[in-house]
Amino acid sequence: MSTINITINNRKIEVEEGTSILNAAKEVSINIPTLCYHPDQEIKANCRVCVVEVEGSKTLQTACSTEVKENMIIRTNTEKVRGARKVLVELLLANHNMSCTTCIRNSNCSMQAIAADLGIRETRFENVMIKQEIDESSAAIVRNQNKCIKCGRCIQVCASVQGLNILDYTGRSDYCEVKPAFGKYLNDVACVACGQCSAICPVAAITEKEDIEKVWKAISDPNKYVVVQTAPAVRVSLGEEFDMEPGSIVTGKLVAALKALGFDQVFDTDFTADLTIIEEGNELLQRISNGGKLPMITSCSPGWINFIEQYYPELLGHLSSCKSPQQMFGALAKGYLPQKIDKDPKNIFSVSIMPCTAKKFEANRAEMSFDKENPDVDVVLTTRELGRMLKQAGVDFNSLEEKQYDDPFGISTGAAVIFGATGGVMEAALRTVYEVVTGKTLENIEFNGIRGLDGIKEAVVDLNGTEVKVMVAHTLSKAREVLELIKAGKADEYAFIEVMCCPGGCIGGGGQPYGVTDELRNKRIAAIYEGDKGLPIRKSHENSAVNTLYEEFLKKPLGEKSHELLHTHYYDRKK
Amino acid sequence: MKAKNELIRKVLTKRIDNDNPQILEDYIAKNGYSALKKAVSMPQIKIIEEVKASGLKGRGGAGFPTGLKMEAVLKAQGAPKYIICNADEGEPGNFKDRYLMENDPHLLIEGLIICALAVGAEHGYIFIRGEYQKSIEIIRNALEKARKNGYLGDNILDAGFNFDLEIYTGAGSYVCGEEFALMVCIEGKPGRATYKPPFPTSEGLFNKPTQINNVETFANIPIIIQDGGEAFNKIGTEVSKGTKLVCLSGNINSPGLYEVPFGITLRDVIETLGDGVPNNRKIKMVQLGGASGPCIPESMLDIKLDYKEMTDNDLTFGSGAIIVMDDRIDILDILKRTLTFFRHESCGKCTPCREGIGHLFILLQRFIDKTASNDDLKLVEILLETINQTSICGLGQLAPTSMKSVLKYFREEFTSRIDKSYVKQAFAGGN
Repeated sequence: MSTINITINNRKIEVEEGTSILNAAKEVSINIPTLCYHPDQEIKANCRVCVVEVEGSKTLQTACSTEVKENMIIRTNTEKVRGARKVLVELLLANHNMSCTTCIRNSNCSMQAIAADLGIRETRFENVMIKQEIDESSAAIVRNQNKCIKCGRCIQVCASVQGLNILDYTGRSDYCEVKPAFGKYLNDVACVACGQCSAICPVAAITEKEDIEKVWKAISDPNKYVVVQTAPAVRVSLGEEFDMEPGSIVTGKLVAALKALGFDQVFDTDFTADLTIIEEGNELLQRISNGGKLPMITSCSPGWINFIEQYYPELLGHLSSCKSPQQMFGALAKGYLPQKIDKDPKNIFSVSIMPCTAKKFEANRAEMSFDKENPDVDVVLTTRELGRMLKQAGVDFNSLEEKQYDDPFGISTGAAVIFGATGGVMEAALRTVYEVVTGKTLENIEFNGIRGLDGIKEAVVDLNGTEVKVMVAHTLSKAREVLELIKAGKADEYAFIEVMCCPGGCIGGGGQPYGVTDELRNKRIAAIYEGDKGLPIRKSHENSAVNTLYEEFLKKPLGEKSHELLHTHYYDRKK
Repeated sequence: MKAKNELIRKVLTKRIDNDNPQILEDYIAKNGYSALKKAVSMPQIKIIEEVKASGLKGRGGAGFPTGLKMEAVLKAQGAPKYIICNADEGEPGNFKDRYLMENDPHLLIEGLIICALAVGAEHGYIFIRGEYQKSIEIIRNALEKARKNGYLGDNILDAGFNFDLEIYTGAGSYVCGEEFALMVCIEGKPGRATYKPPFPTSEGLFNKPTQINNVETFANIPIIIQDGGEAFNKIGTEVSKGTKLVCLSGNINSPGLYEVPFGITLRDVIETLGDGVPNNRKIKMVQLGGASGPCIPESMLDIKLDYKEMTDNDLTFGSGAIIVMDDRIDILDILKRTLTFFRHESCGKCTPCREGIGHLFILLQRFIDKTASNDDLKLVEILLETINQTSICGLGQLAPTSMKSVLKYFREEFTSRIDKSYVKQAFAGGN
């Protein structure tokens, strides 16, 4: 690619042809404010706050959408530019619920940050916001139109990444709104609650449903024994909530922080991730030998379950009957732990910390209850909510001394950690299935072909002379491609398929800290594999605590107890 | 004072008064489709050279040289290429495209076919404003006739060249007259503007190279090819070539459509062709181009209809509307109507247009109510500038024009309505 010469704020620089003014400016340490722009998305140029002066242009030009041209002269910081940006942000503020101090995004809001950077001290325009009902119909997501700035990021993530088109613009002019078709409630359309919209919203127009208060209430209730589980992907992202470098592994601090909050016991979802591998691996082998429905597809990701139940119910037979690790954990927390510690299951309050908003929906499912009354998982908090809860409690996260998870669900393996990244469940399963079937030790346990951010990945494993083909997909648009292959009979040669709803897997979940880009996803993924490498045990079937659980309680994989506690059914929920 | 016939120059409309060119046979009898016959024997670049030599500029308002546009499409990488005729004549005060379509449909069609031949397009669209049911009907019949007679379809005039035209109608949205909104509309998406560059010549309809022009522009093409670019270039002024269709309306004795050569003055149009204002009233304001155009006082009517002279005076004549308003009108009331129109028609995509026009409306109302402050006046000017400078498309960029020009030429309309007793107040956030 050839380079071209431009002048930006009187500095002559050389940049690659095709670079946007925004990126060219970045190369010389000039930040241009943006709201609708996102590096992983198509250019929208809606918000206009990135305007700059380009010599020879009659109007200001948006830096995000304008490519540099030979000898272009750009000014990013003139009176005219600053003035225009101020007016634009003031216009947005004048049609916005400006309750910043009580907003869930307070101090974590792109518009607030830009208003601060631009030095906006008053909004010269009258506030014209017409108060609208807040949509709290979904178990996982809250839509607050009163804060929407119509940037279109949520529309695009839902359409291009998930292929769902749940949200779009309706109306025009100042009646323009972003909402589901016909203004329906989120719960009345086929939304999968993945929360990608909430993670990419620059303001608080779409957020997770905050459940922090319920947890505080349980912790302060002397009759409640409050236990908590933490998902694999949370340990590589929570640090970002406390300004740590993305990709920092904070497992020990996470445990310590939860103990500081007052949880009675802190457990690791990784334990039930290992358990999932044992159950799911055996289910796969059973399907292969008994002529069961193949390819079998993983069932850990609740956004994905919501997708197949609502869009492809005819293919539900392909799903593994295993509950997700969160729900296996919940079932054990209420169905096994009480015996171990001599408590009434009704007094156990089980909380999970998840990278996910759809987990809130999953925990609410009627079938996920040990007594058909009380849920196995009482409250799901996202990584973001945990970050806020720790701030509420005054926990100085960065200086915490690391602590260990509690028994009996305290031991986990590297195989469980990698559940957090796309391809991880498959890799963990292959590590175990190979050794169980062949009786041999797997020499190279790292399946690099199914790691990383490619949409659909494949691998072949030789199991005693039988070649087993597997496939890995992440994002629902890729999941749709896979399901279409299955429907067309073009996936018969695959035995096992992993599907994760969110881009990058759980590390890119809708409940993760803000500011996600592919670059950041890769950092979190790197941390996941580093965490795997750092553990003494890296195969699920070598988890001694899991083996003890089988000896003491479950007896055998796919046994009676397993079916009662660890497996589930799916429903046709087509809308 | 010149006589009417000294001011009128019928080039585009020459067939209309005496003949019935709606009928294909009549059109052909009056030399129709002979330019196409000439064009099929010319190399593509030669056709474009003629258009360049003519000095024709786009009649939609922006005035971009048509030949350069055609050359860009011809040279652009990518196939297929498209031709689009923008007949979404939604600008209040304009009715020239409708006049051409309804009275001489084959002239437009012939122009489109010649351009398609020149730039290498095999498919084209005529995007006609939904309200123009009669135009749609006439163009539809004309297309059918042209197709039956071998001017459209495969192997046109046995020259081994294929081209066909399709009618696409809008649903009444003004912004669909903006070229990108128009194109996404044809693509089946909601009519909203998008950023540019890239321009349609390289990434237009379905991201393919596209020549998009106004009806009047295309209608000039057969004339240029028939008589030669050189001959066309002799009409008009140094920088403004050919004739212009002018839509004269408002408080005027003889409103209507006039074809005039570039270079005559606005006063010529209003006082001679339009026979002045009824009841000898005084002209208070003339709006040029339509709702998105500037408002000027009577004292500026000696300005010529000429791209350069208009630009030098910080004016545009848009697509040719001249709306005359006499001394009975309230200028701020006119502005309020204009803003109501733009507020309704904004597509809502970009911040300045979606949010800003509503605030202009609120601020203007304060002046109308005589409750405005000096700060409000400053704010109006800042906001007008921002909307013009930062909007994504022509709708937003031009929505402030009328108000800006009133502030320039009729400033006292605003300053006289400032409430001197006003005390500054800060606006608190809503909930």
